[in-house]
Amino acid sequence: MKDAATIASPAPSVPAAAPASNSLWRHGRHVMAENPVTGIAFALFVLIALAALVGPHVVPYDPLASDVAAKLQPPSPAHWFGTDQLGRDIFSRVVTATRLDFIIAVTSVALVLAGGGLAGIAAGYFGGWTDRIVSRVADTIMAFPLFVLAMGIVAALGNTVTNIVIATAIINFPLYARVARAEANVRREAGFVLAARLSGNGELRILLTQILPNIMPIMMVQISLTMGYAILNAAGLSFIGLGVRPPTPEWGIMVAEGAANIISGEWWIALFPGAALMLAVFCFNLLGDGLRDLVDPQRRT
Amino acid sequence: MKRKGMSRRELLKSAAAAGGALAAPAVWSPARAAAARNETLLLVTENGPNNLDIQGVGTNRPGYEASWNCYDRLIVNATKTLPDGTLSYDRDKLEPELAEDMKVGDMSVTFTLKKNAKFQDGTPVTAKDVKWSFDRAVTVGGFPTVQMKAGSLTKPEQFVAVDERTFRVDFVQKDRLTMPDLAVIVPSIYNSELVKKHATAADPWGLEYTKSNTAGSGAYKVASWKPGVETVYERHDGWVGGKLPELKRVIWRTIPSPGNRRALMERGDADISFDLPSKDFAEMKQAGKVKIISTPISNGMYSVEMNVKNPPFNNEKLRQAVAYAIPYQKIMDAAMFGLAKPLFGGKSNQVGSAAWPQPTAYVTDLAKAKALMKEAGVGEGLSTTISFDLGDGVTCEPIAELLQESLGQLGIQTTINKIPGSNWRSEMAKKSMPLMVNFFSGWLDYPEYFFFWCYSGQNAIFNTPSYQSKEMDAEIDGARQAAASGDKATYDKDVEGFITRAYLEVPRVPLFQPFLSVATQKNITGYTYWFHRQLDYRSIRKA
Amino acid sequence: MLAKIGRRMLTVIPTIIGVVIVTFLLTRVLPGDPAIYFAGPAATPQSIADIRKSLGLDRPLPVQFVRYVEDLVHGDLGNSLSTGQPVVTELASRLPASAELTLLALAVAMAVAVPLGILAAVRQGSWIDHACRVIATAGVSLPVFFTGLLFVYVFYFLLGWAPAPIGRLDVFYAPPTDYTGFYLIDGLIDLDAETIWAALKQLFLPALTLAVFALAPIARMTRASMLALLTSDFVRTARASGLDNRTVILTYAFRNAMLPVITTLGMVFSFLLGANVLVEKVFAWPGVGSYAVEALIASDFAPVQGFVLTMAILYVVLNLAIDMLYGVIDPRVRLEG
Repeated sequence: MKDAATIASPAPSVPAAAPASNSLWRHGRHVMAENPVTGIAFALFVLIALAALVGPHVVPYDPLASDVAAKLQPPSPAHWFGTDQLGRDIFSRVVTATRLDFIIAVTSVALVLAGGGLAGIAAGYFGGWTDRIVSRVADTIMAFPLFVLAMGIVAALGNTVTNIVIATAIINFPLYARVARAEANVRREAGFVLAARLSGNGELRILLTQILPNIMPIMMVQISLTMGYAILNAAGLSFIGLGVRPPTPEWGIMVAEGAANIISGEWWIALFPGAALMLAVFCFNLLGDGLRDLVDPQRRT
Repeated sequence: MKRKGMSRRELLKSAAAAGGALAAPAVWSPARAAAARNETLLLVTENGPNNLDIQGVGTNRPGYEASWNCYDRLIVNATKTLPDGTLSYDRDKLEPELAEDMKVGDMSVTFTLKKNAKFQDGTPVTAKDVKWSFDRAVTVGGFPTVQMKAGSLTKPEQFVAVDERTFRVDFVQKDRLTMPDLAVIVPSIYNSELVKKHATAADPWGLEYTKSNTAGSGAYKVASWKPGVETVYERHDGWVGGKLPELKRVIWRTIPSPGNRRALMERGDADISFDLPSKDFAEMKQAGKVKIISTPISNGMYSVEMNVKNPPFNNEKLRQAVAYAIPYQKIMDAAMFGLAKPLFGGKSNQVGSAAWPQPTAYVTDLAKAKALMKEAGVGEGLSTTISFDLGDGVTCEPIAELLQESLGQLGIQTTINKIPGSNWRSEMAKKSMPLMVNFFSGWLDYPEYFFFWCYSGQNAIFNTPSYQSKEMDAEIDGARQAAASGDKATYDKDVEGFITRAYLEVPRVPLFQPFLSVATQKNITGYTYWFHRQLDYRSIRKA
Repeated sequence: MLAKIGRRMLTVIPTIIGVVIVTFLLTRVLPGDPAIYFAGPAATPQSIADIRKSLGLDRPLPVQFVRYVEDLVHGDLGNSLSTGQPVVTELASRLPASAELTLLALAVAMAVAVPLGILAAVRQGSWIDHACRVIATAGVSLPVFFTGLLFVYVFYFLLGWAPAPIGRLDVFYAPPTDYTGFYLIDGLIDLDAETIWAALKQLFLPALTLAVFALAPIARMTRASMLALLTSDFVRTARASGLDNRTVILTYAFRNAMLPVITTLGMVFSFLLGANVLVEKVFAWPGVGSYAVEALIASDFAPVQGFVLTMAILYVVLNLAIDMLYGVIDPRVRLEG
């Protein structure tokens, strides 16, 4: 049994456990030095995660507290980002919204990874009918104008955060399924998989313990892009009234509602959440590029 | 590589020259364009008509505007000037439009049609057309038939074409609202021969035809209609219903984004817009670049409505608690920016006059609200939803958010439910929404009309609280009969009675009476406020 | 070749069937009841039930589905509740508006993204490379409606450079004769310079907004494929044989790099069709996108079904065409196929 365990460890071509962590770190520093933009993206990501974690506890005002007498005020020492149409402090709302948007991004990705990723792996690994069904489902979804599909799903199910996440996950299913399928297909006959099979591991176990961890690095790129897309999707839905429910602070809906105020000159209502949103999506996108460089130099683009 | 003969560029140039000389220019010359601009009105709103016939199925409000301007009625309200100089329709004075005079008898009214009245296709208007149109109105069902019923116009037998130019309406009962009801948009006069030509067995009233074609005698006809994009009207020069309008052409464009509509107005690229958010009107008024005219909407109010049939709001003390918890002034400021008349903070809920609408005695008093909550027996608090029409979100959303905040302090947790578009009607019909922010305004500016729709036991769709009370019905009917027979004393008593009952039992808490605001360029005059809240092009002049 | 097309068509059919079924189910799950809408304000439960019966909405779902498919086969996409017009007519009249906008946006995006991508690839690792990445990514990082409204504010409201966002043509211009529905093409056929210019002016801002969105994927793909090629054998050979840099890049590398870019174009096009929806709302563009959005909000089934079906078929056909094109351009693909 001990022999089987050692045989079952991943192939050395992919960075493995303890002894390789040093080289990973060195490799990372090398990539970062070559590509300062990636470094900035990483730093930004940490900042966003921090804001999501502690933000709601350190904001100066209650993001839901209205103060109609102080409505529509431009940025000032009292209100760093100004106030909105109900007198709520925009800075507090933008920071508080970080958590919700972060959650939207992460849960969308988790869902689509679980759904699309697993389906794709199964399709690539087992082939046959599994492959056919998954591919047809992916093709059908891809044939839809994606945003309209998201609109339809949220309109049908109701505009809650859960449904927005579900809609985003469904729309991204084809992409994940395709990538996972291609990768699983390639690794199907790989040495370590054959070895695992030989040592008596069931197919499902192989799928989850061997193949899935192996393709994760490739999926990382897609994951960071999807995180950005999830937030943009929520914003687009808010613009047509299918976004999160008021008064929940969320960047997308703040931008959508503030957009109407641009013409009347109250630029701060849309600008600050818009900048936060843009920074987050920007960060996720660049992160994706950086992760790709880190993980697979051959594919560096 | 040099080509032989003409280069492609030269070929195109000469072709263009030749083509230009032969083809008629698609745009007028600058001089003609300028002159045309002066006689053309460009109107921009969020939605356009979905049907050009108010008697059609599911016609939206912009569709009412098309009907109003393209068809005539027998009579029309006169225009009066309000104290602040703006023009408005006169509820109490009716003038001839297609009819040249009317003789009101005891149980009937007789009209003589104008001699030279002609439809837009040139055929003369006869009493036969009028009868056909009235029959249509009471038979097609839906909104038009119900509106006719509000004035006791229910059976085709009531309408008699006495001769070519004489038309008589027989009353089934005395009703003060019959005459004004003849002046609303619904009893339009249709070119019956033209429409009948396009009728089928499945569609005997020609509703399909009139959906996209105007077959009337009105001051304007629809020259082109692209649903959802643009409607173009041209003046009917043979109009006899009144003074010939000055505008030869009206172009109505759908621009979904309110920010862009405002930008168009401020830059002078559009002439009129009237469905902007109150905030924009208030700000534009201050900036002074365009003219803003605001008029209180007659017989109209925004209210917080609660379903009295189902828990939790079947509890009267709870409803009163809500009435004291509402942050009225904050709501007026945030939602209407001062462009409304408050309907709170009055002297007493036992009202002393038949004025309508008038303020309740409720004010924002959280202590009183909390005490009432205890009396209601729901001290631990509860949770519910606040619903409103997404189409009216600009006004309703701030109200809902502020209401949510206040109710939270009472221990009432709420989630906000924005209901899109036409679903709102469905939801209203289901009568299951516990708590709503809603707007209603009645065309006929009489309190008994408002109460007939919103409080009476017939449980119409507008009676969103599902309020039913025998005493209320008795007072509403009493008021209607007293109005018909001219008995002012009983009328006042009954009106005060039903208003008081409504304010004490408070299925619906009035918030404010909104203003209807219109933004026009400075060179536009003649805008008149109408009860239907749509634009009447016939009086508008462009300097 | 024909056999290949035939085989591809077969794989396409299940997709179309899937789209039809999903669209039908989705619209039936939408809240809102057309029967109540038609019944109007005085609706009694009886009148609503009657109308529901006449609309065929009281039959069980499978029966409704069969009727729907029957209508589809006859080319009948139903009528729109809100406008009352047949969906087919409305889609046909609005499609050219959306297509013209999307194609122009694509052209603009390519004109900027391709040179940017090539430059970034040629000068890999330099500040130009980083700048290219930043610019392209920035374009995709803002919600498309926000970009649109920002442009309107800056270029129309503040600077007055762009015309009023009032649709395809200013009110005082008559559209050119309807040959294709594309104002630029029709104007060209009519040889009507003024209308062409007017249409182009109106197209400018919305096309720019969409183009900003399409920059990133195109630039990224161009850069990636150029990079792959610049290190390839045949380019090295070309350089070794003494050809100057310019010829190598433009004549050899570029042509081959375009192949994957063309494939990306198919994806970008359908991606843009989705972004279209919001841009059309912002710019009052009378296209299929705004049509579908309004119908969806109003719970108007037929236009949404029609729109989705049309877009799906368009997408499928487009992908097929690109695959064919790819086969024509790249003989390796043909031989393998």
